[in-house]
Amino acid sequence: MLGYIVKRLVSLAISLIVASVVIFVVVEVAPGDPASFMLGLNAQPDTVAALRAELGLDQSKVERYLSWVGGMLTGDFGTSYTYRTPVAQMIADRMWVSLPLALFALTLSTLIAFPAGIFAAARRGAPSDLAVTGATQLGVAIPNFWFAMMLVLIFAINLRWFNAGGFPGWEAGFWAGMKALTLPAIALALPQAAILTRVMRSSLLDILGEDFMRTARAKGLTARQALWRHGLRNALIPVLTIIGLQFAFLMAGAIIIEQVFFLPGLGRLIFQAITQRDLIVVESVVMLLVFAVIMVNFLVDLAYAAVDPRLRTRT
Amino acid sequence: MSLLSIEDLSLAINGTPILHGISLKIGEGEISALTGESGSGKSMTAFATMGLLPKGATTSGAIRFDGTNLLTLPEPKMCDLRGREIGMVFQEPMTALNPVQTIGAQVMETILVHKAMTPERAEERAREVLDRVGLPPDRFPLSRYPHELSGGQRQRVVIAMAIALRPRLLIADEPTTALDVTTQAQILDLLKRLVKEDGMALMMITHDLAVVSDMADRLNVMRHGEIVESGPTSDVLREMRHPYTRQLFEASRHQADLGDAKADAPMLSVQNVSRDYPLPRKSPFGPRPIFRAVKTVSFEIRRGERVGLVGESGCGKSTLTRAILGLEPVQEGQITLDGDPVWQDGHPNLTVRRKMQVVFQDPYGSFNPRHRVARLITEPFHLLPDPPQGAARDAAIAEALTAVGLKPEDADRHIHAFSGGQRQRIAIARALIIKPDLIVFDEAVSALDVRVRAQILDLMAELSRAYGLTYLFISHDLSVVRSITDRVMVMRAGEIVEDRPTKAIFDAPQHPYTRTLMEAAPRLPEFPEAQDAPQPAL
Repeated sequence: MLGYIVKRLVSLAISLIVASVVIFVVVEVAPGDPASFMLGLNAQPDTVAALRAELGLDQSKVERYLSWVGGMLTGDFGTSYTYRTPVAQMIADRMWVSLPLALFALTLSTLIAFPAGIFAAARRGAPSDLAVTGATQLGVAIPNFWFAMMLVLIFAINLRWFNAGGFPGWEAGFWAGMKALTLPAIALALPQAAILTRVMRSSLLDILGEDFMRTARAKGLTARQALWRHGLRNALIPVLTIIGLQFAFLMAGAIIIEQVFFLPGLGRLIFQAITQRDLIVVESVVMLLVFAVIMVNFLVDLAYAAVDPRLRTRT
Repeated sequence: MSLLSIEDLSLAINGTPILHGISLKIGEGEISALTGESGSGKSMTAFATMGLLPKGATTSGAIRFDGTNLLTLPEPKMCDLRGREIGMVFQEPMTALNPVQTIGAQVMETILVHKAMTPERAEERAREVLDRVGLPPDRFPLSRYPHELSGGQRQRVVIAMAIALRPRLLIADEPTTALDVTTQAQILDLLKRLVKEDGMALMMITHDLAVVSDMADRLNVMRHGEIVESGPTSDVLREMRHPYTRQLFEASRHQADLGDAKADAPMLSVQNVSRDYPLPRKSPFGPRPIFRAVKTVSFEIRRGERVGLVGESGCGKSTLTRAILGLEPVQEGQITLDGDPVWQDGHPNLTVRRKMQVVFQDPYGSFNPRHRVARLITEPFHLLPDPPQGAARDAAIAEALTAVGLKPEDADRHIHAFSGGQRQRIAIARALIIKPDLIVFDEAVSALDVRVRAQILDLMAELSRAYGLTYLFISHDLSVVRSITDRVMVMRAGEIVEDRPTKAIFDAPQHPYTRTLMEAAPRLPEFPEAQDAPQPAL
């Protein structure tokens, strides 16, 4: 088990180094000089040069890469070209919206998908199974921004249960914050739940056809007992993979939903930073998201090993 | 009164009739065997008794267990009976256990699900039964996982689960078919011992007459969902009143007509060949340990010879075969065909490759289902520098199909239209089409029913006589090797321990391991009546 963890950690570190180089190179070769962008079209060349020096843009690429990575390791993400505030502070503020939103949506999607998937698999071919599979089809097909607008229309404008958008900040209280995140979380969660339900269902159906399920029945377990005790844990491996991917998507891919609900999250931050050539912010946020994705994959790998003893002995 | 009495059982699945009026009785302490070819309804009879029939099954008749009709018993009562009164052992030990639970937990579950004992007591009992099936605590603690055990050991765990509550009836569905012969002998002994000690009734399902001939008290021969003959085993095998029983018996010990063994010039030469596989590193930067699957093996095959290679799983016979076919390089030694190396400068040598073909075990998995037979059997043409085109190609296809007993018209059909035996004929046609010198048969008849197997063995013998083909026949089944080879090599742990003419090796095995194999292999009894029956000419 220890060998397995060490191996995963090594691959995690390698992934992070490769990702940081790729992000830095890609952002560097992107056209547009931040200094001339910030100063406008009519700026004097010497003013631009002074700003470039101030931003550190005149250093060699290797130096800039090393100081960027070194800074991140010590928690210094640099200073935003546009807002002149520390990037770390900007990210931290936005993180407090994006992370809870992602977790909220993921919890919702799991809470919907697990029972729905198990229910459909246990009643394979029955009308209730067809209903669930049909619903997931719809859930996958509906674009989430449209669904988000429908939610706003019904629950914010007509029923007036929620605000149509905005985030009051956690200073306004935990429940006020959660209330503001509820509609966005639902909008994010439903398509994910539809995908996860399908994965859960098909994974369980595969397992139900396995020989050891028949063995379990021969021991005297009821169909339900066999499903819960022997089916579920074995079916979990593909489901964990999808959950890992979904979390990564929810962290980074909430841009549209954040726009619809006017939430100050990471998605909006990166969107604005790109339009303003605030390269240092783009680099840092992307790196952070990559870090989150890789960490989640690492945790998923650990979860695999917890679920499947065959992985523990393989070093 | 019999413990289990099946009365006029008929079964249909989604309207397709499967069983027609099956009747049989099993008493306590009795071993009753159900035998027959695949699709005869043996397993369905067992599943009907367990109440584990697939969806869409409709039954009539009665299955009385200790007087209770199981067919009308409600599901909760059936659950109560399964595992406690009736246990079942399955064919595939590799997949019959839950991979993510310890063996202890799985054996205990049988006990706990019936609330038969407290968890502490159940753990003790689990330990006792595992001891009883030959898995002692020092080597097999309850905390072991299935993937840490071999096939035979897993089958012991499955048996332990089935007998943990001392059921009165045990159903064993092909319990040793997936196992090596020595392991098979041990598992059969274990089952016999358990029946004797516990007075359990055993319903033993097997396609192998030899397995049941010295173990079952009663024999039921099934065909197309009917029992065509039943009675005490020795009577059934002596009298063989039904022609089908006789056919099965004859096919089981069929001897193909090989003609005279030839002793031409050496063709395939294997000299001091070793094959290593790297294992995972023990420490991150340490050297990779190596597993030597084939250890300095040398032998020759002469043109026209039919040579068998036998050994148990993991002995290295498949590794050696891959090396001979030039699919993998060897680490030491050299393999040559007619003097040319099969592997040269880091590549398989194509001039040698086109002189060899292979026929695999699985007649279902070794064809692309989307292609027609003509395309499937002409696949080896890509080995030729100048493959035949147009009419010549059609003629080659027709000739190959005719040679294996099919019609030239079959070239336009897809593979799903053929039975297992016919597919194996097509596989042989695919091997024949480029007129190879050597054909390697890798367990080529292991998946076939005995009667089909006998036909395919006859076909192989006929082709060898007609075309002067050389065979390397790899199998774990001694009786098959005996019927189709001139010479046998016995392989164990990467080494060839005995290499002698077939008759000599079967009459008087020299190496202790060969003797162990021979003794473990189940044998059909010799009855004077059976020998009077018409036999294929030898």
